[in-house]
Amino acid sequence: MTVTTNNPSTEAAPVELVTFTIDGTEISVPKGTLIIRAAEQAGIQIPRFCDHPLLAPAGACRQCLVEVSMPDREGNVRPMPKPQASCTMTVAPGMIVKTQHTSAVADKAQQGVMELLLMNHPLDCPVCDKGGECPLQNQAMSNGRPDSRFTDVKRTFPKPIALSTQILLDRERCVLCQRCTRFSEEIAGDAFIALQDRGAHQQIGRFDEGVLGFAGEPVGPVDRPVGEATNDTSGRPFSSYYSGNTVQICPVGALTGAGYRFRGRPFDLVSTESIAEHDSCGSAIRIDHRRGQVLRRLSGEDPVVNEEWITDKDRFAFTWQSSADRITTPLVRENGELRPASWVEALEIAAAGLTQARQDGGVGVLPGGRLTVEDAFAWSRFARTALGTNDVDQRSRVHSAEEAAFLAHVVAGSGVGVTFGDLEQAPAVLLVGLEAEEEAGITFLRLRKGATGKAGTKVFAVAPYATRGLTRMNGTLLPAAPGTEAEWLTSLTTTLGGGLSPADAPTSDIDTSALAQPGAVILVGERLAGSPGAYAAALGLAEATGARLAWIPRRAGERGGVEAGLLPGLLPGGRPVADAAARAEVAQAWGTEVPETPGRDTAGILAALADGTLGGAVVGGVELADLPDPAAARAALDAAGFVVSLEVRASEVTERADIVLPVAPPVERAGSYWNWEGRVRSFGAALESSALPDHRVLHVLAQHFDVDLQAASPTDAHLSIAVTQRSAWAGDRLAVEAGAPAEPPTIGPGQAVLATWRLQLDAGRGQDGEQFLAGTAKRPVARMSAATAAGFGAADGDRVTVSTQRGAIEAPAVVTDGMVDGVVWLPLNSAGCRVHDTLGAAAGDLVTVTVAVAVADRSEGTAR
Amino acid sequence: MTLTPVLTDTWDKDRSWRLATYERAGGYAGLKKALKTEPADLVQAVKDSGLRGRGGAGFPTGMKWGFLPPPDGGPRYLVVNADESEPGTCKDIPLMLASPQHLIEGVAITSYAIGCDHAFIYVRGEVLHVYRRLLNAVEEAYRAGYLGKNILGSGYDLDVTVHAGAGAYICGEETALLDSLEGLRGQPRLKPPFPAVAGLYARPTVVNNVESIASVPAIVAKGADWFSSMGTEKSQGHGLFSLSGHVTKPGQYEAPLGITLRELLDLAGGVRQGHELKFWTPGGSSTPIFTAEHLDVPLDYESVGAAGSMLGTRALQIFDETVCVVRAVSRWTDFYAHESCGKCTPCREGTYWLKQVLHRIEAGEGQDSDLDLLLDLCDNILGRAFCALGDGATSPITSSVQLFREEYQAHIDGHGCPFDPSASALFAYTPKTRTPGALAGAGAGGH
Repeated sequence: MTVTTNNPSTEAAPVELVTFTIDGTEISVPKGTLIIRAAEQAGIQIPRFCDHPLLAPAGACRQCLVEVSMPDREGNVRPMPKPQASCTMTVAPGMIVKTQHTSAVADKAQQGVMELLLMNHPLDCPVCDKGGECPLQNQAMSNGRPDSRFTDVKRTFPKPIALSTQILLDRERCVLCQRCTRFSEEIAGDAFIALQDRGAHQQIGRFDEGVLGFAGEPVGPVDRPVGEATNDTSGRPFSSYYSGNTVQICPVGALTGAGYRFRGRPFDLVSTESIAEHDSCGSAIRIDHRRGQVLRRLSGEDPVVNEEWITDKDRFAFTWQSSADRITTPLVRENGELRPASWVEALEIAAAGLTQARQDGGVGVLPGGRLTVEDAFAWSRFARTALGTNDVDQRSRVHSAEEAAFLAHVVAGSGVGVTFGDLEQAPAVLLVGLEAEEEAGITFLRLRKGATGKAGTKVFAVAPYATRGLTRMNGTLLPAAPGTEAEWLTSLTTTLGGGLSPADAPTSDIDTSALAQPGAVILVGERLAGSPGAYAAALGLAEATGARLAWIPRRAGERGGVEAGLLPGLLPGGRPVADAAARAEVAQAWGTEVPETPGRDTAGILAALADGTLGGAVVGGVELADLPDPAAARAALDAAGFVVSLEVRASEVTERADIVLPVAPPVERAGSYWNWEGRVRSFGAALESSALPDHRVLHVLAQHFDVDLQAASPTDAHLSIAVTQRSAWAGDRLAVEAGAPAEPPTIGPGQAVLATWRLQLDAGRGQDGEQFLAGTAKRPVARMSAATAAGFGAADGDRVTVSTQRGAIEAPAVVTDGMVDGVVWLPLNSAGCRVHDTLGAAAGDLVTVTVAVAVADRSEGTAR
Repeated sequence: MTLTPVLTDTWDKDRSWRLATYERAGGYAGLKKALKTEPADLVQAVKDSGLRGRGGAGFPTGMKWGFLPPPDGGPRYLVVNADESEPGTCKDIPLMLASPQHLIEGVAITSYAIGCDHAFIYVRGEVLHVYRRLLNAVEEAYRAGYLGKNILGSGYDLDVTVHAGAGAYICGEETALLDSLEGLRGQPRLKPPFPAVAGLYARPTVVNNVESIASVPAIVAKGADWFSSMGTEKSQGHGLFSLSGHVTKPGQYEAPLGITLRELLDLAGGVRQGHELKFWTPGGSSTPIFTAEHLDVPLDYESVGAAGSMLGTRALQIFDETVCVVRAVSRWTDFYAHESCGKCTPCREGTYWLKQVLHRIEAGEGQDSDLDLLLDLCDNILGRAFCALGDGATSPITSSVQLFREEYQAHIDGHGCPFDPSASALFAYTPKTRTPGALAGAGAGGH
């Protein structure tokens, strides 16, 4: 008899069946199935609190007790002396289980435990957020006594405790099932909360001197109002990117989200299944709204993608879609000011302006990386047909020609490649240009599951320092300064493919041999665009070792955009623009010619707008501050002859646009994302709305050019997609040529190479309007190795200034063990630390570091 | 029946805790003999001796050692459970205080027998004096070459770590002890896997009580037959019987298993002068109580079990007729409520409730339905809790209501306790209050 968690996401292997009897019915289930799961298969619901299918069994709440008889060695079935917890015991051949339905003992045991659980429970259901969807409430009705015999004094606690700005804990409601602490430990792997004290005083909590009774200065009242979480003994504030999942799996109303607390009743909510828009994982979510207002989002259940977990960003960051700066009507610029206009008027002016701009040199198209697949195909077709240009690029971030070729060669038209399930089973995974926890949260959870589970996946990351995410995956750092990733990849190609390493390759005694095993995976992130030669080297490594390669962008729309051909050299389905046969296939599908010259990329389009080569631009969801040189982008749009903007909310682009056409946010429309696996993730509109999706707006605009985009409705859009996707491109793909390797910069005194990437929670506009979530974001710090810090005369905790000729950012220095020397890391886009905008610099550029304020008392270091 | 001093043999010697005293009395003969014996033969000898776990459950010690999987080259551990915390139980702490080398020699022999190179002694944290004495004794044994590298020239290495707990009854439960030893929160682990398969640091581990391990040297030195010649057919050997309470000469009485309380009381000068026995525990507060009717029950595992209780740790707490059974049981229940680890619902919530009901009854605020409530609550806890702590908490209540129901009823009917608590005290005692107020709400951090 062994205890295992049943894992719905494991791929099916030949299963050994075990036959046993439950409530008089004989059934067969896979060997190792827990009694409680087997009962579910037989349609028998055993009440439970601590049990959760994705967590290891605990046996703590004792609610699921059943009577069990087991055959002894002679085969005589003998009852076990005590009722057994069905959540910890696996079925055995010949076992006879009697649940509450057929056993008076089990029924009384369950009622007894329920009475004990309710005894110290406040029974404040009428004001509790969980009331109406509460497992305790429901199971107390189905499996409890009609009344309680408890007349004594209940345990009480001051309420509530803010575990973080986002998560509140009402301890008196807690039944101590430990689902939340087990989630934090087993799934997320972060020190968020733990059990404290014992007996009836046992409680969940974070490090809180007031609760723990530690000596020292009290930090404030226990039921401190919502605010910043305190640091624990290691100096880290308690925070987690996955903390919202604890609220969802809490079987009572003990854990609540600050944003939803006291704002809704479950029976007033309308639920819609949807897909999260904040990253490229395509997590299944559930949107709950009441009278047209979204009140909360929950994780959906999808065993193959996000199981039952989502990031806090996917859960809590939804207010951006209904913020005050929503554009609700078309806007037309008149005398320098935007004024509301009718759709008819705005579209006519837009069409006329674009026609003129086309004559003035052409129109550049910048659709942005957050489109649905339907929109992406409409944008691609609009650019190629209505505007007759290949000057289209969805990448509003650091990008390169090498990347475009890599995407055309490896990603476009490749269907479902590496899956989340593969990550869990892989012997080894190499991350390059990707911080999984920050940039693809659910991918991190699946990688961690593989690394800490049976597969024992070995995770390697080519990065300047070992992040906390990498550490929690028991990962190994392959240290590399930004821009030098290709060196590691080339070196691995040589060592794992057999052969002599080049003399200048990084040498190390790290055992990377697992990467050569069958099933190994290389995950590359979009940041490699800033590292010349890295994409080509990753491809080379994959070819040399047979490892499978997957590209994980940050934004939800980028994979779909690649499929749709939102790149200057790429048509839908991976067809190269430069290939006449490919063009012919697309032309036939669309019934019109396709321009034959590959176009300009984002940087090229902006430059051409600035110098007047291009006459105008159509811009989608692009934040100028996301571009590597926001100042240049602003200047380019200021200089542009004519700009049409399709936007949800007012932005720097709409400020500069001649025509603004409002489009619908995901919650108000149907659509699909193509997640990084290549899986199509469709969702319906959660809210009724008159807002139009991009494809509909472009369809109508195209009519002014006598072009039928066939994208008036989602159904039409799907048919239109199908005509180019029906058959895969069989011809040659674009070859990947390594970009010219940049000369390693000469680091002068006081200088360092900048490393930077986005944190999951930062100053992105998708998180606007959610103050509680913002409180859990990491504060910006400047990371550097001890030697590098010493070179600047800086110590841990000093405030340092990182500057370029463009500007300066001040942040506390954090000396980071094992970090590559000569490198300073900053978060790319956090509050007070907007690297592209302030410094005009990107990863790999040289920056100057000086000490701004030395901290006199070293003991008061900052968060690390 | 007479006393059979083995473990207690040298307790009355000058500086009995010193290694030299122990050696003069023939100490470490067992280890010397053991190191020349095949480990498997030592395990067999302990099996043959019939030694059963002295920590309370009485599981055959040799059989427990035999459960270890075959060596796989990785470490295997011996962990000695010296977290003696049960109310009434007071045998291991005096043993470690008076003659710690018994334990250390036993640790060395057992470790050698099971193939362990690093043994741990987990001592209850509150007994600082015992912790210090053990540390010194281990140091003495290292210096004399009984521990450390190449013990007595045999080529066998053993390190012993003495670890002090942080003051939790639950850490006497073997898996909670292992978690605590690993630096985790002391709460019982889900079994399987059992410690023999995945114990300390997930390696094969034997967890034994102090007295069990301390009994091993004499078994090796004098033979299994010598040991099994004592005691009864199924409960062989000698054991420490700890008499406390209303007895003329309280203390440790080492005797063969199967001795009766009547015989022990004769040796201890009887119940307190001028009083008579009312009830007693055979093995600590977790074992159902006995009365004078049970004076002739042989104190071995089988006979005590047949009489409706458990031999437990042979902690014989003697209560004379001045004692209010409600008050005594109520204090024990306070203990269990205080020591419940909180992991499982029945024990955590159940003891919290039981404590309030008992306090109510004792204060004269009980209701007629409370006695049935107590019994039903105990029924809902016994066998439903995660580990045996919950079961133990119900024993004194269930057995005392059975035996003294009319006394409980008298508290309810008379709206108060009919006894004078100062009469049962062995010292001048004025009760602070006769009516403890209802339990105040347990606010955060309040204890």
